[in-house]
Amino acid sequence: MSNYNVLIVEDSPTMRQLIVFALKRIRGLTIVEAGDGVDGLKKLSATKFDMILTDINMPIMDGLKLVSLVRSDPNYAAVPIVIITTEGASEDKERAIALGANAYITKPIQTTQILDVTRRLLNLPA
Amino acid sequence: MSEQDDDKSASRRAEEFLQVFKRGADFTQDLLKENERLRFSLLQLEGQLKSGSNADNEETIRMRKRIEELEQQKEEILGRARRVEEENADFANRYVEIENENNMLANLYIASYQLHSTLDFREVLQVITEIIINLIGAEEFAIMLLDEKTNKLQAVMTEGLEISEVPAIAIGDGLVGQMAKTGENYFIDQMDNYERDFHHPLVVIPLKIKERVIGVIVIYKLLVQKPKFAEVDYELFTLLAGHAATAIFSSKLYSESERKLSTIQGFIDLLTK
Ligand SMILES: [Mg+2]
Repeated sequence: MSNYNVLIVEDSPTMRQLIVFALKRIRGLTIVEAGDGVDGLKKLSATKFDMILTDINMPIMDGLKLVSLVRSDPNYAAVPIVIITTEGASEDKERAIALGANAYITKPIQTTQILDVTRRLLNLPA
Repeated sequence: MSEQDDDKSASRRAEEFLQVFKRGADFTQDLLKENERLRFSLLQLEGQLKSGSNADNEETIRMRKRIEELEQQKEEILGRARRVEEENADFANRYVEIENENNMLANLYIASYQLHSTLDFREVLQVITEIIINLIGAEEFAIMLLDEKTNKLQAVMTEGLEISEVPAIAIGDGLVGQMAKTGENYFIDQMDNYERDFHHPLVVIPLKIKERVIGVIVIYKLLVQKPKFAEVDYELFTLLAGHAATAIFSSKLYSESERKLSTIQGFIDLLTK
């Protein structure tokens, strides 16, 4: 069974727990949590990740800044990035996609949304 | 010509005639035989023809039967395929149901886990706020607590608006006060075109410890992508009504006892110095 490292960058413990809870249904994932963008970058430099799920609104460093920094790193030029947004049709979403995010999920999130997007981006069977 | 010569020629002619006649008789005999043979062949052919068409008929009947059998088998297989399709649709529906239930349980588990993860009053309010934003999907709301001295509901935490904007509401006063008095949940009927009204919000959820109301959650606006409440939301509201209340109450008790403890400790320190 192939193993994937997934990083969750989210300041809300409730959201983090919900995402971790959902992702535990996929076998072979190693999940690492970060509470803000800076924490996320630290963790990205310590381990090679196969996917990043990040919130937009976070203290210290927000998700948009994180996405642009991740994309400027040649090691992470192609890593799938999923952003978690609050608004249904916000500019944040478009900006994140323009900066190089691959997909987005909208709050209030459903566990199925997280599972679907993760399986799709990691090419895992449903 | 002599008489002898005449006799000779006559007998020769007779001989010739006899031979011709014999050939004719043989020929007739041959003809009759041939006729017999042909008639026999004809009969044989007729017989063959008859038995031949019979065989054809039997073959046709056999083929027809086979076709009918195959048609029947085809219908059976099609029927089975339809049943399998129906079963598949049932399974798909059941799968969606289970996924929804799963999602709901995940939300409830996380909400209760988070609510009881701290004994700090401000952190408890933060957790309640997070649940309302992230799990329910509200954009503007207030957590109001009952001030026992004034018997009024007072906002202690807000999202999407300032605390100072939310007016204090006396128990029994208006819709919010009534819900706090009766302990019943309130959900507005028509959400379309709703405009914020502090005395007529979208949702009022009394926070209860048994029958005692200690406050209310009041929602004024949902996220844009959230047009209506789902089943999971009602479950979350029910959970919040009880668990948020006990979490708030115990964190308050805890901070009070901590304060008292530090005061006592202060006295002890003072006396023993
Ligand atoms: Mg956030």
